[in-house]
Amino acid sequence: MTNALSPEVVEPTRGAGRGTLRYVATKVGGALVSLVLVVVLGFFLFRVLPGDPVKTITRDAPVDPARLAELRAQLGLDDPLPVQFLRYLGGLLRGDLGQSYNYRQPVLDLILDRVGPTLLLVGTATVIAAALGLWLGVRGGWRRGSRFDRASTGIALLLWSAPTFWLGMVLLTVTGTLFPSQGIIDPATPPGLLPQALDLLHHLALPCLTLVAVIYAQYLLVMRSSLLEEMNADYLTTARAKGLRDDLVRRRHAVPNALLPTVTLIFLNLGMVVSGAVTVETVFSWPGLGQLTFKAINSRDLPLLQGTFIVLAGAVLVMNLVADLLYRVIDPRVRAA
Amino acid sequence: MRMRRIGVCLAVAACAALGTPAVTGVGAPQAHAADSKVLRVAVTTAVASLNPFLAYHQADTEIGRMMYEFLTAYDQTDQHPVPGLAESWQVGTDKLTWTFKIRQGMKWSDDKPITAKDVAFTYNLMLTNAVARTANGNFVSNFDTVTAPDDTTLVVRTKQPQATMLALDVPIVPEHVWASKVDKLVNYTNLDFPVVGSGPFTLVDYKPDQYVKLKANPNFWRGKATVDEVDFYHYDNTDAAAQALIKGDVDLVSKLTAAQFDTLKGKDGITTNKAVGRRFNDLIINPGAQTNTRQPIGDGNPALRDVKLRQAIAQAIDAKTLVDKSYGGYAEPGSSYIPPVFSKWSTNQQRTFDLAAANRTLDEAGYRKGPDGKRLDKEGKPLTLRLIGDSGQPTDNPNGQYLKSWLGQLGIPVDVQLVSGDKLGDVTTAGNYDLSFSTWGVNPDPDAVLTLQTCAALPDAEGKSGTTETFTCDEQYDQLYKAQLSELDEGKRVQEVKQAQQRLAELATSVTFAYPDQLEAYRSDRFSSFAVQPNPGGVITGQNGYWGYYKAVPAAAGTSSGVTPTGLVIGIVVAVVVVAGVVLLVVSRRRKSTADERE
Repeated sequence: MTNALSPEVVEPTRGAGRGTLRYVATKVGGALVSLVLVVVLGFFLFRVLPGDPVKTITRDAPVDPARLAELRAQLGLDDPLPVQFLRYLGGLLRGDLGQSYNYRQPVLDLILDRVGPTLLLVGTATVIAAALGLWLGVRGGWRRGSRFDRASTGIALLLWSAPTFWLGMVLLTVTGTLFPSQGIIDPATPPGLLPQALDLLHHLALPCLTLVAVIYAQYLLVMRSSLLEEMNADYLTTARAKGLRDDLVRRRHAVPNALLPTVTLIFLNLGMVVSGAVTVETVFSWPGLGQLTFKAINSRDLPLLQGTFIVLAGAVLVMNLVADLLYRVIDPRVRAA
Repeated sequence: MRMRRIGVCLAVAACAALGTPAVTGVGAPQAHAADSKVLRVAVTTAVASLNPFLAYHQADTEIGRMMYEFLTAYDQTDQHPVPGLAESWQVGTDKLTWTFKIRQGMKWSDDKPITAKDVAFTYNLMLTNAVARTANGNFVSNFDTVTAPDDTTLVVRTKQPQATMLALDVPIVPEHVWASKVDKLVNYTNLDFPVVGSGPFTLVDYKPDQYVKLKANPNFWRGKATVDEVDFYHYDNTDAAAQALIKGDVDLVSKLTAAQFDTLKGKDGITTNKAVGRRFNDLIINPGAQTNTRQPIGDGNPALRDVKLRQAIAQAIDAKTLVDKSYGGYAEPGSSYIPPVFSKWSTNQQRTFDLAAANRTLDEAGYRKGPDGKRLDKEGKPLTLRLIGDSGQPTDNPNGQYLKSWLGQLGIPVDVQLVSGDKLGDVTTAGNYDLSFSTWGVNPDPDAVLTLQTCAALPDAEGKSGTTETFTCDEQYDQLYKAQLSELDEGKRVQEVKQAQQRLAELATSVTFAYPDQLEAYRSDRFSSFAVQPNPGGVITGQNGYWGYYKAVPAAAGTSSGVTPTGLVIGIVVAVVVVAGVVLLVVSRRRKSTADERE
């Protein structure tokens, strides 16, 4: 009996190993192809948009036509498009994203400066929102229709449908002088880790609160509905029949199975974390990547637009890839398929 | 259970951490204000580059003016040229040689002497280095040679006589700092703090899109500023900036909308300033767009090449109604090309709104009405016009609707389209418009806006690099323009500038209808007054100079509410810890009790 079984047991394992490799290779390959498309698209997309960078830079400045031509040459805009494209590709291969027309600084430096604040704001908000949303979702779903469920779902949906910009302004207004109105750090803050960190957190509080209030509903709803789908499953009856406490049935049996769609959502959102939350960053003048992209669009800053586009799209690609790979780890069904 | 409890603890700790510093922040600005006089200004336009050779944007150049003195400055009262680094000047009989006397004893902020050699270095750098010409190149394009025979004498020889020699808006940089930067000028951000300068303030810190920090320069030749520090705080939206003024986070806000201005009016501790603007809003009428090789471009309605039709349109614009309705009264009705704030140069002529006269003009010019009451062009086809505006400009839509109604009464249907500012720029540059809204800021010297209407401003054969506002190209106007540029007798030049504007009004390619007010507000409990330019009625921010910041007068009485940050911090920390403890207790209690119930 054991002899007859063992080859069957061994065989799928070996196949699974090869399958994993193929699975990973396919996913990574797909991501790479997408990245190449992003790079090409990033160049041509923004050149189709209306607006002449040189005119935008010199808007309202007293310049003569000779100066405009000189500026065009300086920025390399008078070269034919294919030459500009090759220069852009060459730069990319050397890790050079070019120089911003507007800030007159290397694009890479500008982006790196903004990654920190964005990760801090959107990352913190996502973690808090996910934790809060999942917790409330589990609570509400487990006792569907209870007063708690109705209240929490109602509030979450209300906040979800509130315009971010408006909510931010309202918070800014009603909190009076409790929180600062702009930026990430006050230049008057004394140096030293503690005061700087406290000032940073002080600046972070309102934008983070706004963002959490707006986004936690999606985690709550997904968690709640996927828990509801599990509610009538036979294995829960079995678990209860074993005499497990209701609390344990929920925690050990229902939640792990209901968690899958939420994981996808979290990773998809983590990809978006980098792109920031343009509206929140704008209300609170938070110097993040979203704000930088917005400025780049407004000022037709082509190198900066390309740079931010690649970084933002790249982040989504990477996170999707991670989600795909992780899915295989946490969901045995994907492995089998 | 233990894992869960740890989670709750962490969450509470995070909340506490987010909450506590609230107090340090409240204390910080006020404590900061108590020991030194700091002016905090909200800036809502982006500061992009502080390298004076590359800085174009209004916020950049405004800060540049605070860091670097020019050869000459503009008077606070009426904006006429006054001494800057140069204390006096004279022009030779050849009308080409300008000799500037540089004031003795002036020092850079690093205590090195400011001499004529620094000025010569700056101008010569711009003459020899294309990058150095990026932002201010047009000021030196007529320079032949610049020399400094000694430390107090600067001699500039121009190619042609140039009337604008006292309006050279070029920041003068220290040679001893910049000589080594010449090769990498295009990549130089000029952020080696403190940045050596000659203006009333010294740049000491800057974080892009966050803040700019300037300290008073004790070496400034006019004497140290009345405030110790000016901090510019960047705001991405003006609503938040207005809110920050109410909260007391900033002391001065500019570029307010009418709605924000009305909200701030009458608020405790806040004074509003409705200042005359130096910007005109005009309707541009496509007279037949063309390149500088006289090749027609664009798809403008050919009927508009007829000056009579353009004049009739100009007669049908009621500037008074537009100002009252579209601008909520926060503008002056416009007519002359140069705003009346520059009373010396402005013609101050009034255009009369007269639909009957406009109809007569059209009848006489041969634009018959069809059976439906609509005008026909000279080829007998129905005459309709497109009017393109900027969807980002709140006034463009109402202005467009009024114009549509007035021109409709002339029998000319108008199709109003609003597009993005960038799209509008593309459309007007390519000449693909009939009518459009446009706007320009005017400097104390009128030359820059006058060039916009010359044939030389037309785009090149590829349709690029044009600076024309309206595609105007008129021989008579060009002659007047050239005459005023080389006229060194100011009285005569004023006449020529006025004649040029009159010619422009006759051509009716640009119809000015409004000069929007600049709306500002400040904390009068912290600053009792500011120097406005022009005085009275002028602006605090965005001046042709640094007077607003340089002469800001802090309020006499102590205004800080005397919060002691450290004590409060400790108090709040304790409070939060207590609250956190209680919450923790309640949560664990409840959990235990429900668990018990179920078991």
